[in-house]
Amino acid sequence: MKIHGHSTYEPQSGFTRWLDKRLPILRLSYDSFVAYPVPRNLNYWWTFGAMLSLCLGVQIVSGIVLAMHYIPHVDFAFASVQRIERDVPFGWLIQNMHAVGASMFFLAVYIHMFRGLYYGSYKAPRELLWILGCIIYALMVATAFLGYTLPWGQMSFWGATVITNILGALPLVGESIQVWIRGGGAIDQPTLNRFFSLHYLLPFIIAGVVALHIWALHEAGQNNPTGVDVKTKEDTVPFTPHATMKDLFATSLFLIMFATFIFYMPDALGHADNYIPANPLQTPPEIVPEWYLLPFYAILRAFDFNIGPIDSKLAGVLAMFASIGVLFVLPWLDTSRVRSMRYRPIARQFFVVFVIVCVALGWCGGQNPGLILAKTSDFTATLTWVQGGQVVERPVQAESADAWDDAAAAARASLREGGATMTAVNREAATTGRARGVSGGTQESRTVSGETIDEMEAAIAELKTSVGQAAPFFVVERRQPPTFTVTNLSQILTAYYFLFFLILLPVLGLRETPGRVPDTIAKPVIAKETAGAA
Amino acid sequence: MAEATADAHAGTETTRRDFIYIAAGAVAAVGAAATIWPFVDQMNPAADTRALSTTEVDLTAVELGQQIKVMWQGKPVFVRHRTPAEIAQAHRDDYANLKDPQMDADRIVQEDGQPGRAEWLILEANCTHLGCVPTFVEGSAFGGWFCPCHGSDYDTSGRIRRGPAPKNLVPAPYVFLNDTSVRIG
Amino acid sequence: MLRAFTAAAAVLVAAVGVAFAAGEAEHPENHPFSFESPVGSYDMGAVQRGYQVYAQVCASCHGMNHLAYRHLGEEGGPFAVYQVRNHETGAEELHVGKPEHGGRFVDVVENPYVRAIAEGVTIVDTDPNSGQPTERPGRISDHFRNPFPNEIAARASNGGAYPPDLSVITSARHGGADYIRSLLIGYDGHNEGTLYGNRYFPGGLIAMPPPLAEGAVSYADGTPTTVEQYATDVATFLQWAADPHMEERKRTGLVVLAFLIALSVLLYLAYKQVWRNENH
Repeated sequence: MKIHGHSTYEPQSGFTRWLDKRLPILRLSYDSFVAYPVPRNLNYWWTFGAMLSLCLGVQIVSGIVLAMHYIPHVDFAFASVQRIERDVPFGWLIQNMHAVGASMFFLAVYIHMFRGLYYGSYKAPRELLWILGCIIYALMVATAFLGYTLPWGQMSFWGATVITNILGALPLVGESIQVWIRGGGAIDQPTLNRFFSLHYLLPFIIAGVVALHIWALHEAGQNNPTGVDVKTKEDTVPFTPHATMKDLFATSLFLIMFATFIFYMPDALGHADNYIPANPLQTPPEIVPEWYLLPFYAILRAFDFNIGPIDSKLAGVLAMFASIGVLFVLPWLDTSRVRSMRYRPIARQFFVVFVIVCVALGWCGGQNPGLILAKTSDFTATLTWVQGGQVVERPVQAESADAWDDAAAAARASLREGGATMTAVNREAATTGRARGVSGGTQESRTVSGETIDEMEAAIAELKTSVGQAAPFFVVERRQPPTFTVTNLSQILTAYYFLFFLILLPVLGLRETPGRVPDTIAKPVIAKETAGAA
Repeated sequence: MAEATADAHAGTETTRRDFIYIAAGAVAAVGAAATIWPFVDQMNPAADTRALSTTEVDLTAVELGQQIKVMWQGKPVFVRHRTPAEIAQAHRDDYANLKDPQMDADRIVQEDGQPGRAEWLILEANCTHLGCVPTFVEGSAFGGWFCPCHGSDYDTSGRIRRGPAPKNLVPAPYVFLNDTSVRIG
Repeated sequence: MLRAFTAAAAVLVAAVGVAFAAGEAEHPENHPFSFESPVGSYDMGAVQRGYQVYAQVCASCHGMNHLAYRHLGEEGGPFAVYQVRNHETGAEELHVGKPEHGGRFVDVVENPYVRAIAEGVTIVDTDPNSGQPTERPGRISDHFRNPFPNEIAARASNGGAYPPDLSVITSARHGGADYIRSLLIGYDGHNEGTLYGNRYFPGGLIAMPPPLAEGAVSYADGTPTTVEQYATDVATFLQWAADPHMEERKRTGLVVLAFLIALSVLLYLAYKQVWRNENH
């Protein structure tokens, strides 16, 4: 149902009447942001749209100013950022504003998106509004990635290397696209220059899509916490001053948090390694993107196994793009007739789990993928040796690398025939090695354990030194208990992520019994007021 | 019920409502202005540019009757070691018919107000007509610089005597750091 | 709403926290530096002494490319000079460091201490007359002298290891100033080959030999010349070098936050006023 009918704008002065006949921009502004009716029951989750407009403005203005001083050249980029921080008047402030602003932008957009998911703002007739939002989000991700390269720190360089590498995973065209984007075989000056140009460009494309997003919004009108359509004038209030004032208030609270980071914790959301100038010859101990991209990083790394003909690297890339892609088709996945999860008690619980899963994926993305979270037992190793006894040593030669196992087995067999009670074969090259056997003496064995692999290795070394010369050589058998790593956790979380969109929402829409949805927006609001007054 | 209460307080409501809007608006406006200042100020010369805004010159390298050209803030500057003959001519010409009248002593005064030294003349090397760099020609009509672009003639104090240039060569601000060096700017 | 925001902020920062670098490195000792709190400032005496330690000990291997000598004398720097009136003699004199009251900041171009520091250093430059490389005394506009002409030379002189540039070292290491200080006093003597054992360096072995020795640098102000003191002072100096605008930043932050809180209160009241007669 179209909210807006007839424009109520009346130009007051001669100039505004003249302008209205030629370019009705004031009329458009009035109709869109003053008289425009919004549901009266909107809660604070609806203020994030205004905050996002502010964030976009802050990033564009601070970015243009930074571009007056930044030098997009591999030899000068890092130094130019230092110059901005040290020598440019208020450069430290503008630089911090831009870096922290990116994080604030993403924080606000995630809350804005979760609001949309919870209240069903993506459902008809707002499908295109939602899709435009997804496009804005994808452009934001691209812009952030490009921008992070510009300071040319270690994380800038290596993050760009990793992400452009994943394009190489695409079959057939992957390699050429990779070279085309980089402008060469590796991330270098051509890459930096074009990334700067594109980083400057994309925010203006975002601004254009935002205009479409607001246009689409105004066609359908705002959703509201009940998910019930606007039916009468009673349901709405004019945007100015009601929504304007609420947005301003909420935004000033948002700015308090923004300012706290800028002035007291400017580097808290960044990574120390990006203060090390980029070094193509040395990879940092860990390569991680900024926090807002960590969930996707976790999904990318969760695929450490091949799926049929699709190798793990490609699987990870496809899953990562699919995790954003699935959002685009969400309006058609959710089959529920009820918009707002306020009245969908089962869906709401799955949604809460979904939010936790997203946060947990973010945590996983920042961890070492091999980090062990749980294991059934400690790491153990059993050492066997023979004390006293005679050692016989003989070289092993295989015909080819593939024939090694057979040659080793043959060497062992021949040593045993010669009376050896314990044998060990060491491979030194592709086709050569040594075989040793001990005959006589007493066989001993001991098992050591450790909570971590390092502890176990230390225990092995300690045991070897304590036995010392008594044993000519040891046979070490290491056992790894079943472990649950960060990668395993990421796999479970990724599964839930896709399950939520592809299975849960479609099924719940059809099977769930929703709560009682109010008839109109105004009724519960008035009922609440009456109850409060009474 | 809410409406009834509103009507009763209609009179006092107006002023209270307006006050809070005016107060909030004023505070927000102050904040907006304070926020705009850093964005304007950042275009002002940065600390490194300001630090290069002075150039020090070692005068022992300039022989009597010679001049050197140094760069100061990206512009060329003449540092001339004048001969007594040039100085005498400059003083004589103080009373000549000058397009841009100025005493030689006033053209060599230091930036801090101290008098300069007659043998040291420090001028911005751009012709005041359209900016070309003039050449010092000994034995020329007025004893000083000649600009090849449009034929402006300057005297031994750098004052315009003949030609299209409207003003004298501009003295660069300087101070003597000691007997053998000056700081320009 | 504010609680929700602070909670969100806390979750954000916690989620960002990445596991401390691998290896058996010990967590750095937490030293109560004066600049750590939100209202903290730099102990300028420590920054001055730290500069001295850097210049006499570290500068032979480590450059600080992004600092210029004039930075030492700009407002907020260790050798910033102010003109104050001496109450006894009535004369105007130069005072290093911000005086308690009054005092006019003297522009770095007129700062004799910074000029002396710069002139004490020899810079390689191109001779303006011959065009050949030549040496000249430093100027305040010069960046800190690089001990090596490039990274290759630096590695060649240090057994393949590159002494990192120290301009932003406290920002470039997890643990910041605490880490730098601990590293400098953390040598445990368990050396292996050309590497030296250090409790705090990831991996336990570092290419840098212990740089500090007791009494190596003499302090004019009588501060004890122990290794720990040197480490604390140079860590303070390096923190200043990485973040020279810290004090201005925190001061501005206080004003901005106070303003925003006041504005929020006013906007809240205005918002309440707007919705006074509306059900919502």
